Amino acid sequence: MSPLSDNLELLTPEFALAGLAFLVFALDLFLPEGKKRLLAFVSIVGLIAVVVVSLVMLWDEEESLYNGLLAVDAFALFFKVFFLGMGIAIILMSMDFVENRLKHQGEFYGLLLFSILGMNVMAQSRELLTAYIALELLTFSLYVLAAYAKDSDKSNESALKYIIVGAVSSAILLYGVSMVYSTLGVTKFDDIAIGLAQATNVSPALWVGVGLILVGLMFKISAVPFHMWAPDVYEGAPYPVTAYLAIGSKAAAFALILRFVLEGFVPAAERWEQWQLVFAVLATVTMLVGNLVALAQKNLKRLLAYSSIGHAGFLLAGITVLSATSDLPSNGVMFYLVGYSITNLVVFAALISFFNMTGKEEITDLGGLADHQPFLAACLGMGLFSLAGLPIFAGFTMKFYLFTAVANEGFLWLAGVAIFSSLIGLYYYLNVLRQIYIEPTPTGDNGGDWLEENPMLAERPSWSLITVLASGAAAMIWLGVYPKPLIDAIEAASRALMP
Amino acid sequence: MNDFDDVAMLLLIVVPLAGSLSMMFMPGGQTRETWYFAIFIAAVSLVLSLVIFINYDYNQGGFQYTVSYEWLPGPLDINLSLGLDGISAPMILLNGIVLLGGVLVSQTINYRPREFFVLLFALAAGVYGVFVARDLFFLFFFYELAVLPMYLLIGVWGSSTDFGTFLRTKEYGAMKLLIFLVAGSILVWIGILALYAESADLGAATFSLEGLGQLAESGQLDADFQKWVFPLFMVGFGALAGLWPFHTWSPDGHVAAPTAVSMLHAGVLMKLGAYGIIRVGMFILPEGADAWMPVLITLGCVNVIYGAMSAMSQNDLKYIIGYSSVSHMGYVLMGIATLDNIGVGGAILQMFAHGLMTALMFLLVGSIYQKTHTRDINVLNGLASRMPVNTFFFAIAGLASLGLPGLSGFIAEFMVFTGTFRTYMPLGILAIIGAALTAIYILRLLARTFMGEADERWADLTDSSPVELSVGAAFVAIIIFVGVWPDPLLRVINVGVQTIPGV
Repeated sequence: MSPLSDNLELLTPEFALAGLAFLVFALDLFLPEGKKRLLAFVSIVGLIAVVVVSLVMLWDEEESLYNGLLAVDAFALFFKVFFLGMGIAIILMSMDFVENRLKHQGEFYGLLLFSILGMNVMAQSRELLTAYIALELLTFSLYVLAAYAKDSDKSNESALKYIIVGAVSSAILLYGVSMVYSTLGVTKFDDIAIGLAQATNVSPALWVGVGLILVGLMFKISAVPFHMWAPDVYEGAPYPVTAYLAIGSKAAAFALILRFVLEGFVPAAERWEQWQLVFAVLATVTMLVGNLVALAQKNLKRLLAYSSIGHAGFLLAGITVLSATSDLPSNGVMFYLVGYSITNLVVFAALISFFNMTGKEEITDLGGLADHQPFLAACLGMGLFSLAGLPIFAGFTMKFYLFTAVANEGFLWLAGVAIFSSLIGLYYYLNVLRQIYIEPTPTGDNGGDWLEENPMLAERPSWSLITVLASGAAAMIWLGVYPKPLIDAIEAASRALMP
Repeated sequence: MNDFDDVAMLLLIVVPLAGSLSMMFMPGGQTRETWYFAIFIAAVSLVLSLVIFINYDYNQGGFQYTVSYEWLPGPLDINLSLGLDGISAPMILLNGIVLLGGVLVSQTINYRPREFFVLLFALAAGVYGVFVARDLFFLFFFYELAVLPMYLLIGVWGSSTDFGTFLRTKEYGAMKLLIFLVAGSILVWIGILALYAESADLGAATFSLEGLGQLAESGQLDADFQKWVFPLFMVGFGALAGLWPFHTWSPDGHVAAPTAVSMLHAGVLMKLGAYGIIRVGMFILPEGADAWMPVLITLGCVNVIYGAMSAMSQNDLKYIIGYSSVSHMGYVLMGIATLDNIGVGGAILQMFAHGLMTALMFLLVGSIYQKTHTRDINVLNGLASRMPVNTFFFAIAGLASLGLPGLSGFIAEFMVFTGTFRTYMPLGILAIIGAALTAIYILRLLARTFMGEADERWADLTDSSPVELSVGAAFVAIIIFVGVWPDPLLRVINVGVQTIPGV
């Protein structure tokens, strides 16, 4: 058991992050229009500072705050750095888009910072209500961000759907929490594990409660059959927000699930074995439905929405096999999350860049991209190969690691389904690749020349997007060729959760 | 020399990979310079392969040039272990030869040559990697790396075939090829995971080929387990080797591919499949291999006959060669399935021999197609008078393929037949009938395309370019050399075959 403390110093990064968000809001009031880009730089510098502060202050800390509500451990630190780094990349990706296509730039960055704060607390929380509050902080920010293109009908529709589904799923989650509390009288993860293990006469209310909590969480990661909202919301939201939804909120939800399952379920060994089957079934349908439906998509954002559902299925397969004896599954899930996020960052950065130039988001619009924008095309191609799980990119090593963990825990059939689903995935990723490299340039909307109608296609992508693309592609290859440094960090994070 | 031994295997992979990466940063649009640079990389690779092959000590046998680097310690225990034995030594030599040949004849690639060579060298690095990997993770890693660039290589630089009533597009060929090969690799992947999980259950979790081989040798790998895992590898790798009925990607893919890619693919890549069956299936799962070999040899025999029959009914030069590859890979599969030292040795020699002659044929057809813009043997005729050297080389390749004594194909096929007669006599007879069918389609091809009076259409036709002809001449020389004096290859191969358990 880690020692209890109320050492507020350990929460400095969170306070700093909240302060940074308020600072951005305040600065926004004083900056004239046209200088708002400065806010993005303030946010980036601030986030880098928070990363440094977190690493310096929390390195090797192993404590539990507020009587076990919040954990300050290697796992939380790992995700904190991961989320902050991702936030920097997202801001870099959004800068041009926000400046040219959205109003109220200051709030955009402020809300983004608040959502990162929510994600950080999610990775730290060891208690259901704390987790719930953190989750709400994240999703409330996302509701607003999804509606940010306020002149666009699609954006408004998307945000409305997101709010309704999000509110319903939060209500379900909260109802589950109350039922668990009413039967066990506790809300802390480790107490739940003890309660589950000791309950000889399991009351149905407990099962329903746990089930409802899981349903609520499955909504957040858009697991089938709770995925219907994702494609619509992804399609309607502004592009950078879509990227953020696919990468950030998903990763945060999985961080929470990892800790919840490892601390609240796995120690109750017998009960966990029963629930494993539920997870295995969810993983199977999520992988298959996500990848199969993606085959029929024509819109890039919807395609990526279904692809992200498919990837959530792979991650769920990793969650299924979490165990008290081996850290392979939790390592695998974390490795997959990092690799998947970096890959998706590259893909989205390339697509946002393309959207900035043309305002188009259909798959067929990518025709001839390799001729006009070789760098974008190469990055997008590498990202697609990585998503499909081919070497020398992160996608191959992360899939190999995760599926090995799944097979090693006695779920060879689940690993087989996962491998088969990635073959389906390969097909639609290659179809996008075909547009980029093989198909000719389409004719313009008015029947004219494509390049004349989209003159920006002849220009270079902006430096901020090039930064994300180049560093993301390098990271993708690095993880695909030599992931050991990352795995070392992940193993340390896993150890903090292992009983 | 010791220093070289330590880095030889790494260099083999790193040289083409570094070539691929550095080419990415070359300025675009410089077709000529890019080509020179590619030749340089390929030549270095070939010299390396040759030096490594010559320095392989066949008196000592076993794995040589072994190195092992820790890659991911911990429960997975993945190591970058490389090494070369008598089975892989001829294969890397083959890869070096075909790679240089393919790069040389890619002189005519004018569209995005830089990207073409980036992908081609990535593929070559993958092929080298598979042949020298001693760890299942890396074997699979390089296997996928070799398959991955095919889609773009065919899709971007390939050619579609018009059949009059329908069009076989290059995109179709590329996608079909990739789906089949990746579907095969799914089975391989599941097999690898099953092996790992089983070894972890036995308390010795490992991906290392030697470690798993020892488990099998000490009888710890249960016979039932071996019997259900072996078909995963047999069919998975077999798909890449053109195993009937999973061969249909092969003609379509080969036809759609540009010349250099057809050469490398039919010449080397298909051998990866057969090599995988030997390296993973037979070394780690000897009992499974024993149980499944009757199936494999039957399918291999179907390959031989079916491939030859299909080749007989084709009118497109590349389809004929594509189906002849299916047929010839059948001999390789049959040889492997005999589990007899002569048969398996013949299979490996056949891999080398077929790699060369099929690459040569694709090269010559590529040259004809470039000049005439058709591959239809009903349209082509009398080319002998216009392209005499090309015709001569084609004849040599064709004769090697139908097993004329004195050329490389003969010895290999003879060994396979001997092995088959010693084990599965009736199938051996069928295989010899297959060889007779080969004679029919090869002679039909030669007669229609090269013999007879040349049309007026071909009046201005000139022989293939000097580069193509010199590459062709080199290939012909090697085919004759191996046919007359196969000992340098065979003694290395035999050393390798002796180490296969159960042979």
